Amino acid sequence: MAELSEKELRQDGNAVNKKKATRDSYGEALRDLADRYPDLVVLDADVAEATKTAIFRKAYPDRHFDCGIQEANMMGVAAGLAAAGKIPFVSSFAMFAAGRAYEIIRNSVGYPHLNVKIGATHAGISVGEDGATHQCCEDIALMRTVPGMTVIVPSDDIEAKAAVEAAILHKGPVYLRFGRLPVSIFNDSSYKFEIGKGVLLRDGTDITVIACGILVPQAMAAAEELSGKVSVRVINMPTVKPVDEEIILKAARETGEIITLEEHSVIGGLGDAVAAVTSEKCPVRVKKLGVNDVFGHSGPGDVLLKEFDLTKEGIVKLIVNR
Amino acid sequence: MDTAVKKQLKAMACRVRMGVVEGVYNAKSGHPGGSLGLADTLTYLYMMRMNVDPENPGNPERDRFVLSKGHNAPVLYSVLAYSGFFPVDELKTLRKIGSRLQGHPVMGTVPGVDMSTGSLGQGFSAACGMALAGKTDRAGYRVYAVLGDGEIQEGQVWEAAMFASHYGLDNLTAIVDNNNLQIDGKVSDIMSVYPIDEKFRAFGWHTVCIDGHDFDRIEQAFEDAEKTSGKPTVIIQKTVKGKGVSFMENAANWHGMAPNQEQYEMAMSELAECLKQLED
Ligand SMILES: Cc1ncc(C[n+]2csc(CCOP(=O)(O)OP(=O)(O)O)c2C)c(N)n1
Ligand SMILES: [Mg+2]
Repeated sequence: MAELSEKELRQDGNAVNKKKATRDSYGEALRDLADRYPDLVVLDADVAEATKTAIFRKAYPDRHFDCGIQEANMMGVAAGLAAAGKIPFVSSFAMFAAGRAYEIIRNSVGYPHLNVKIGATHAGISVGEDGATHQCCEDIALMRTVPGMTVIVPSDDIEAKAAVEAAILHKGPVYLRFGRLPVSIFNDSSYKFEIGKGVLLRDGTDITVIACGILVPQAMAAAEELSGKVSVRVINMPTVKPVDEEIILKAARETGEIITLEEHSVIGGLGDAVAAVTSEKCPVRVKKLGVNDVFGHSGPGDVLLKEFDLTKEGIVKLIVNR
Repeated sequence: MDTAVKKQLKAMACRVRMGVVEGVYNAKSGHPGGSLGLADTLTYLYMMRMNVDPENPGNPERDRFVLSKGHNAPVLYSVLAYSGFFPVDELKTLRKIGSRLQGHPVMGTVPGVDMSTGSLGQGFSAACGMALAGKTDRAGYRVYAVLGDGEIQEGQVWEAAMFASHYGLDNLTAIVDNNNLQIDGKVSDIMSVYPIDEKFRAFGWHTVCIDGHDFDRIEQAFEDAEKTSGKPTVIIQKTVKGKGVSFMENAANWHGMAPNQEQYEMAMSELAECLKQLED
């Protein structure tokens, strides 16, 4: 369990059930790593309070540059900063960071393989009331298509912070996907995050659920609920690109069936990354649980996750009825 | 402007503001600041200027309105409701599951909404397209687009500005809502856009600068726009973000925050008081 500051304890009132949005972990990690990595700079596009880069800005105002509402220009500026030796973290909502700036990411960041780190927050439908224009369910797909891009989807506070440092140490472009909704912290503080490595969270022999991001605990809860009836293996796959082929193939061979779970379109995300591996090297049935090629809509984030079946209940239903 | 008419407009703007507060309070989220600041201009446009008909919202001859800063949906919904496009009571469903009043405007589901917006900068381009279609069809309709002063930091806005003057879209009127606030702070501190008028003039636009809470000046500006031929007009209006609710005025934190019950009651009583004085 992560250490909680006094303030966090007071706000929540209950340290054991402490929840935290991965965007908060992102802002704190930037702040906490700034001294160790003096080349680290942060860009934001008028959403610093929301992406939480404001946490970094408060401590290092001279290393935070607000670009105003201009995501495309911001991404190009980041490319230039990286070309001149800086390690820029570029932040906006996933919709505008990956979506609005896509072509700049491809041509000015990806093609010259520059050391730009994209910290995108407010990913997925759990953004909630802002509705479809802000609920980005396509960013993983977009970023996977850029040659040389690393794509990481942290699941909780501990993994998010570790991923930020791993991104700094990695040479080349990295896309980090963070959420707005507070989620429980389930990783152990001894957890060692490694780019490209999936994590076996629970062993099982009948079927494997491979999940990423804030839905990982839902997969764990589903496996728990089915215990005694169906033996469910659960794998956390924080790096969607390059994806961990070894752990996927082992699961395919040993459990014969896979469900993928992500807060993203079923087109182009984790599900397709997993299916691409199995279809070539060990064909098994892969059922993709995600957003089924539709736009989201306004409503509370947790209610939307239920509506889209991206919950423990949704996974249990799928496994029982398969 | 006739004083009786002006009084009626002011009263209507008060009701529109109450609709904004009602919506955002019930939604427990949303964007009251910019919405309140825009209420006077939108009230004037819908009550006095635009050729729109709630009985026939899809009329091809109608004037078009694009809220390019789509986060101010609460004021668009409110003015549409008070213009008869849908029941005022529906404003309470803002941002709720199943409601057509989404967090950002969606065309095709809400009568009177001409373009889906929410990603800043894009609505303005769509408005250029509508105006271009009007020109090529020799149709008589006009197109109005409202932009935020933070929004005009987007490069796409200046691409659209160049496009509109190049094609002589004099049937297009842009309104830049100059409240000098965006999310992270003052526009002049975050990423200065000034001088706005000179920039638009350099891009080939006719420019008019007004106080966006003065109905006489608002009326003159739109008349001026309609008389201008050969080039598009931009109305740069100084407004107070949060106008009409004292504790929301000029406060960056009310950009995207809902009032709690106590704040809601304070806001509604201020607006009700304002309405009462106008109706006496
Ligand atoms: C492309 C894009 N980037 C970022 C946002 C997030 N956002 C919503 S409102 C806003 C600030 C807008 O400021 P301004 O245009 O001045 O609007 P106003 O002050 O009138 O509310 C931002 C950055 C967005 N909706 N679209
Ligand atoms: Mg503004």
